[in-house]
Amino acid sequence: MSEKESLFSAKNRKLIFNPLSKDNPIVVQVLGICSALAVTVKMKPAFVMTLSVLVVLSVANVLVSLIRNLIPNRIRIIVQLVVIATLVILVDQVLKAFVYDISKQLSVFVGLIITNCILMGRLEAFALGNKPWPSFLDGIGNAFGYGIILMIVAFVRELLGSGSVFGFKIIPDAWYIKNGGFYENNGLMVLSPMALITVGVIIWIHRSRNRDLVEQK
Amino acid sequence: MKFIRKQLDNIKPQVQKGGKLQAFHSFYDAIETLFFVPKKTSASGVHVHDPIDSKRSMIIVVLAMIPALLFGMWNVGYQHFLSLGETAELWTTFLYGFTKVLPLIVVSYGVGLTIEIIVAQMRGHEVKEGFFVSGMLIPLIVPVDVPLWMVAVATAFAVIIGVEAFGGAGMNVLNPALTARAFLFFAYPSHMSGDAVWIAEKADGFSGATPLAESAAGNIQNLPSMVEMFFGTIPGSIGETSALAILIGAFILIYTGIGSWKIMLSGVIGGLVMGLLLNVFAVNPSMEVPAIHQLLLGGFAFGIVFMATDPVSAAQTSTGKYIYGFLIGFLAILIRVLNPAYPEGVMLAILLMNVFAPLIDHYVVQANIKRRLKRVTVKA
Repeated sequence: MSEKESLFSAKNRKLIFNPLSKDNPIVVQVLGICSALAVTVKMKPAFVMTLSVLVVLSVANVLVSLIRNLIPNRIRIIVQLVVIATLVILVDQVLKAFVYDISKQLSVFVGLIITNCILMGRLEAFALGNKPWPSFLDGIGNAFGYGIILMIVAFVRELLGSGSVFGFKIIPDAWYIKNGGFYENNGLMVLSPMALITVGVIIWIHRSRNRDLVEQK
Repeated sequence: MKFIRKQLDNIKPQVQKGGKLQAFHSFYDAIETLFFVPKKTSASGVHVHDPIDSKRSMIIVVLAMIPALLFGMWNVGYQHFLSLGETAELWTTFLYGFTKVLPLIVVSYGVGLTIEIIVAQMRGHEVKEGFFVSGMLIPLIVPVDVPLWMVAVATAFAVIIGVEAFGGAGMNVLNPALTARAFLFFAYPSHMSGDAVWIAEKADGFSGATPLAESAAGNIQNLPSMVEMFFGTIPGSIGETSALAILIGAFILIYTGIGSWKIMLSGVIGGLVMGLLLNVFAVNPSMEVPAIHQLLLGGFAFGIVFMATDPVSAAQTSTGKYIYGFLIGFLAILIRVLNPAYPEGVMLAILLMNVFAPLIDHYVVQANIKRRLKRVTVKA
C-alpha cells in the first residue's frame, strides 16, 4: 500500500461500514448463525458475546495479517485456529475474573467462538491477503455487523419472551394474567426456533430494502 | 342475484385502475368472485371448463366443518352447565356455546383476511382463498377459554410466517391452521393445555381434564365410554370432540372428491397399527388404551379428516398419499403415548409429515421413472 493512503480513506471506511448492512456477516454472508441462536434469549449475554467477538476477531485479524507471509499454505487453518483459540481463552479468563455471573452463562458459547464461522471466514478471506491496518478495520466492522443483528434479535426475544430489556422489566406486573391482567409472555420466543425465525424475518426485510442483494434467477 | 350484480357493476369503475378507490381493488375482486364465477377463461392450452374454482372447493370444506362446529358450540354449553351441576334447555346450551365460540371465529377471520387483503394489495394479485378454510379451522382446534388476543397473534404468525413468507396460499409448506395451533401451544402452554382451559367458566371443584390428558397421565379408568367419545360429549378443543360430526364432514369431503379418502383411510390404518403395537407391549397404563379408543381420543379424527387432507401441504402423488397418511396416523399415536409432555401428537405428526410430503412425492416420482425406464432400455 502506498504511504499516500490515509488511515480512514474511502476504501478503509468501506471495510468498517459495509459489514453493517450490505455485507453483513449474519444476514448476508449467513455466517455465525449458531451463536445468534444460542445467546440471544437475553440482551446482556448477547452484548457480552458481541464484545468478546469484537476483541477476538479484530486482534486475530491483525495477528494473522502480521504473520500472513510466514504461514505455510498447507497448515494455515491450524495456525489460524491456534491464534483464535489463544485469544478465546484469554477473553474467557478475563470474563471469569471480572463478570463471573455472565461468564457462567456464557462460558460454553465463548468457547464456541473458536468455531464461529465469521472468524474463520474473515481470516481466510481477508486477513491472509491484506495488511494489518485494513485487517483490523475489517475485523471491527464485521464484529459490529454481527453485534447489531445479535442485539436486534436479543431485543425482540427478551422483550416478547421475558417482558424486559437488558434485564429491566418493561411490561408492568399488573398486566399479567396471573395478576388479573390480560398479558402473557410468549414462551416460544425463549426457545431457539424463534431466533431462527427472527433472523429470517430480518433477512426478509433487509433484502426487500436492498433489492440488489436478491440473486437473479 | 341481479341486485348484487348491479351493485358490483356500479362500484367496478371506481376500483379499477385510475379509479378513486383503486386501493381496495383486491377486496372488491374477492367479493365479486365470492358471488359470481369469474368470467376469465383461458385463451389457449387448457380447454376443460369447470365452474369449480378454489373458492368453491374451499367453501365445501367449510360446509363439511359445519356439523363439527355446531356440535362444538353445543358441547361448549353442555360442558359448562355440566360443571356447574345444572341442566339447561337445548337452546340455552347452544346459545351459551355460540356466544363463546363466535368471537373466536370473528377474530380468526378478521385478522387472517385483513393480512391476506393487505398482502394481496401490496403484491398486486387477487386475494387467495386458502384462508377461508384456515380461518374456520383455527377456532375449532383451540380450547374455548383461550384469550382472543392470543388467537389473533397466532393467526397473524401463521399467515405471515407460515404462508406469506413462502409466497402466499398454495405455496405454503405447513398447514396454516396447525401452524397457528403449534404457535399457541409452545408460546402460551398454560392456556393450551392442563385442566382449566377446556370448559368455559367452569366451577372450581370440577375436573376439566380432557380424556386425552387422562390417558397420557395413565388414569385410563377415568376414560369416558366409547359412546360418549363417539358422540363427543367430552371436554376438548371446540371442534374435535365429536367423531360423529367429523364423520359427517368426512363423508361430505369424500363424496365431493375434495378431501382425499386415501389419506384418511391410510391415516386411520396407521393409527390402528401403532395402537395395536403399543397394546402388544403395554408396559404402562397409557399404552393399554385400546387402539380403537386412540382413534376417538383428542384431535385424531379431526386432524386426519380436515388437516391431513389439506391439498396444499399434503403429498400429491397417489402412492405418496398412502405413505403420508399412514405415517401421520402412526406417528400421531406414537408421540401421544410415548411422549407424555406432548399428548396432542396429531398436531406434531401432521406438521412433521407436511415437511416430508415433498420428499415422499420426489421418491414416488423417481421410482416411477425408474420403473418405466427399465421398460424402454434396449439390451445391448
